[in-house]
Amino acid sequence: MTESNVLLELNNIKKYFPITAGMFRREVGAVRAVDDISLRVYRGETLGLVGESGCGKTTLGKCVVRLLEPNSGSMQYNFEGEMRDLLSLNAQESFAARRKIQMVFQDPYSSLNPMKTIYQSFDEPIRIHSNRSKEERRELIARLLEAVNLHPEYMYRYPHEFSGGQRQRICIARALCVDPELVVCDEPVSALDVSIQAQVLNQMKDLQEKLSLTYIFIAHDLSVVEYMSDRIAVMYLGQVLELAPARSLYDRHIHPYTQALLSAVPVPDIRAKRERIILEGDVPSPADPPQGCRFHTRCRYCHARCIEEMPKLEPLVADSEHFVACHLAEERFAAGGTEA
Amino acid sequence: MSENEKKIVKSSLAKENFYKLLHNRLAVLGFILMFVILLACIMAPLLTPYSPTDLNLRHMGKPPGGEHPFGTDKLGRDVFARVLYGGRISIAIGLSGALGGMILGVIIGSFCGYYGGWLDAIFVKIAELVSVFPQLLLVMVMRVILGEGIKNLIIIFVFTGWIATFRLVRGRFFSLREESFVEACRAFGIRSSSIVFRHILPNCLGPVIVQLTLNTAGFILQEAALSFIGMGVPSGIPTWGNIINAAKELLNITNYPWLWVPPGLAIAFFVLGVNFFGDGLRDVLDPKQQ
Amino acid sequence: MATEYILEINNLKTQFVVRRRRVVRAVDGVTFKVRRGKILGLVGESGCGKSVTAHSIMRLLPKTAVIPEGSIMFHPEGGESVDMVQLKPTGRKIRSIRGNEISMIFQDPMASLNPVYNIGDQIVEVLLEHSKITKKQALERAVRMLELLSIPKASERIKDYPHQFSGGMKQRVMIAMGLICRPQLLIADEPTTALDVTIQAQIIELIKEMQSEFGFSTIIITHNMGIVADMADDVAVMYMGKIVEFGTKEDVFLNPLHPYTQALLKSVPILGNAGEDKLIPIRGVTPDPSAMPPGCAFEPRCDFATEACKTCVPGRVGVTDSHIVRCVHCIGENLDD
Repeated sequence: MTESNVLLELNNIKKYFPITAGMFRREVGAVRAVDDISLRVYRGETLGLVGESGCGKTTLGKCVVRLLEPNSGSMQYNFEGEMRDLLSLNAQESFAARRKIQMVFQDPYSSLNPMKTIYQSFDEPIRIHSNRSKEERRELIARLLEAVNLHPEYMYRYPHEFSGGQRQRICIARALCVDPELVVCDEPVSALDVSIQAQVLNQMKDLQEKLSLTYIFIAHDLSVVEYMSDRIAVMYLGQVLELAPARSLYDRHIHPYTQALLSAVPVPDIRAKRERIILEGDVPSPADPPQGCRFHTRCRYCHARCIEEMPKLEPLVADSEHFVACHLAEERFAAGGTEA
Repeated sequence: MSENEKKIVKSSLAKENFYKLLHNRLAVLGFILMFVILLACIMAPLLTPYSPTDLNLRHMGKPPGGEHPFGTDKLGRDVFARVLYGGRISIAIGLSGALGGMILGVIIGSFCGYYGGWLDAIFVKIAELVSVFPQLLLVMVMRVILGEGIKNLIIIFVFTGWIATFRLVRGRFFSLREESFVEACRAFGIRSSSIVFRHILPNCLGPVIVQLTLNTAGFILQEAALSFIGMGVPSGIPTWGNIINAAKELLNITNYPWLWVPPGLAIAFFVLGVNFFGDGLRDVLDPKQQ
Repeated sequence: MATEYILEINNLKTQFVVRRRRVVRAVDGVTFKVRRGKILGLVGESGCGKSVTAHSIMRLLPKTAVIPEGSIMFHPEGGESVDMVQLKPTGRKIRSIRGNEISMIFQDPMASLNPVYNIGDQIVEVLLEHSKITKKQALERAVRMLELLSIPKASERIKDYPHQFSGGMKQRVMIAMGLICRPQLLIADEPTTALDVTIQAQIIELIKEMQSEFGFSTIIITHNMGIVADMADDVAVMYMGKIVEFGTKEDVFLNPLHPYTQALLKSVPILGNAGEDKLIPIRGVTPDPSAMPPGCAFEPRCDFATEACKTCVPGRVGVTDSHIVRCVHCIGENLDD
């Protein structure tokens, strides 16, 4: 995990959605979907973003793909060794950079244009991002479909002729048609049936290996994120509360929220004896997040400092790869971290 | 894969819809009605030797029969010829009014629906403003401002007819622009104009075409109504409305039914046919059924 | 007459007549028993017929559905046993059972509550339908029930409307409506699918608590093996309208015998394994319900399929007293005669 391996560096990204009211659409507040997030994504890894609905994980993903414009912050991207801010590129560079970061969406049913054949959906992006001839483009599409285990002739079919799992594989292939480096996968399997999920997940792992892709894998299901990711960032109300390699997040989770989240996941193993930590109440509204630590309203270790001062996401003294945003991080680490 | 095979697979969506339409009896009936009348109007010179405007003072007000299947009017003009040639103009006015309105509505609706914001707010207000006036009143006012003539009538129809299409397209765009496939296009850096016209628009063409048929029928009726009250096409030009206009005196209605029954039936059947066909299309193209 | 079972379903078939008189066999010969005071987990993927089974019990099926065969015997405590299949779906008898002796909570709490009535009215309505008490008494009971379900300030919130509640709170209200008449059987159809994990954990704990408090029996319908492992005493695994494996939790999780159950357990990531074992996907897709394979429905996707699987539909085999599997490869007592 050296400096030169950084593919994307997010610095203090903020994305607020204005809440408007009245006839003149006066701004009366803002939903702080992403509130000051700094992250690094290393080349070739899978960074998992996990959190409950409304935590801002999808918004962050869309900012990275530049479907949304962050309100502030910078996104440094590694262009062949040179770090440049994606948000301050000129139009031409910005267009070229789109090729490098692609996205796979949650709903495979709305991700493909129902009026276009698979070939038509793939052809335009390839054409505008490369100077391949028509024949070369068709060959590429055939190869991509084969890469996701679909028959190349399927390219002349319409989306309604495919099942959900097939569609999601087509969407993955489409994201890859411009030869990207980073793929943001937003809940790619949550709309699929359990027996189909594994097909898609394994497919994604194989493709990552074959094409040396970097993934940002967004999901609410911790087991799926853990299966896919090298490192996991746990998000809550627009912030990252804990960031660690997948294994150590499971073994030595420090943040009380991570602890509760892990203990809440139902595990299909009846021998596993686990203490379940039930969080009180609901997630506060991101339009009016609590002062101090975002989690303090539901935290059972909350004390005076947590209410006043927002903890920073900092590495543990003993483990520089394990980041926690909690005032009690070091104490809890010393006490053995995991209790669950 | 050969070019030939590719075409077969590619056209499957259109083909499927075509078969669905064939199974809709009312739509087929509507289409036949519409098509027969349209064809007769186009082939008018082959069907009748008479001109719609030539006066024949020796055959004034003759009842149907013999040389004149629908009789002649009080100036001796052949009613059959007048209905056929008049149909050409009536249908042309209705269709071009509806087409113009559709194009205007689609363009404005697409941009407003995709971009939203101020542009959208302005056009929504304009549309509201136009639609709070009673349609006929508005048409009459504009008719007074613009003056007589076929072209002016079409302009009036376009101006009042774009709103329904505009609302339709705008509404569809509002929901479609949130779909993931649009976001995927944006992530690829595809130009907005291409997203609007090549990716989103094809998804709303179904209801737009249905609206086109309904507008066509509506405008043909309006043309007839306006011409009947003398505010439509100049009376020298035969249209379905003008032909009926010639029979508007009470005495004529009872004594010369062949003056108004044939054009009246032509209007009724054509409009009915268009509406049936439009309803059938709506059923076939309804995205909920696919 | 109190038997050991509160509900016995025997060879239930529910079919839908779709376009061009085609018949979809959504539930195709389902047999299982619910033990009194226990939780039965009914698992399966979407379209396997688990929800239709539940709706068949409640007789809440659409008009296109018919039940040509089978029986659903309900044995209420201190009451006469009834065969739910024989009841008229809109009759008085079924209405006196629905919501009173058997109640159901649904997947989507947002859609299950009427937005124009406050939640107090909606809970009380169920109660007034089934018992002769005043509205005031009913409201008091509703408040007590909401307090039991840890809704803070229940006496004030009872006047609130559904949109003023969060998803988890709405599901609590739904549970309150389901439990207010003290039913003997609760059917929960994917009660936590629309909720976040931490809220899901709250609701799961809550249902378990309520069950030990009131002692009702529960059928919990879910696609999540984890929830079943957590909650259920007995497990029924459903595939394409049939129960392919039925047994106690220990039977099914420690000794899964049907290839589908085995595959299902291997195809979901388990928290804590961190990608150590690669998932083994189930190949292919679920067959079209109107074009089912002639033999075992799982045969086209099964790794152990033989010629026999292609031709004959496997019957129920009792491997032990509690463990029943529908697979020709399992050895045991043949329960279908």
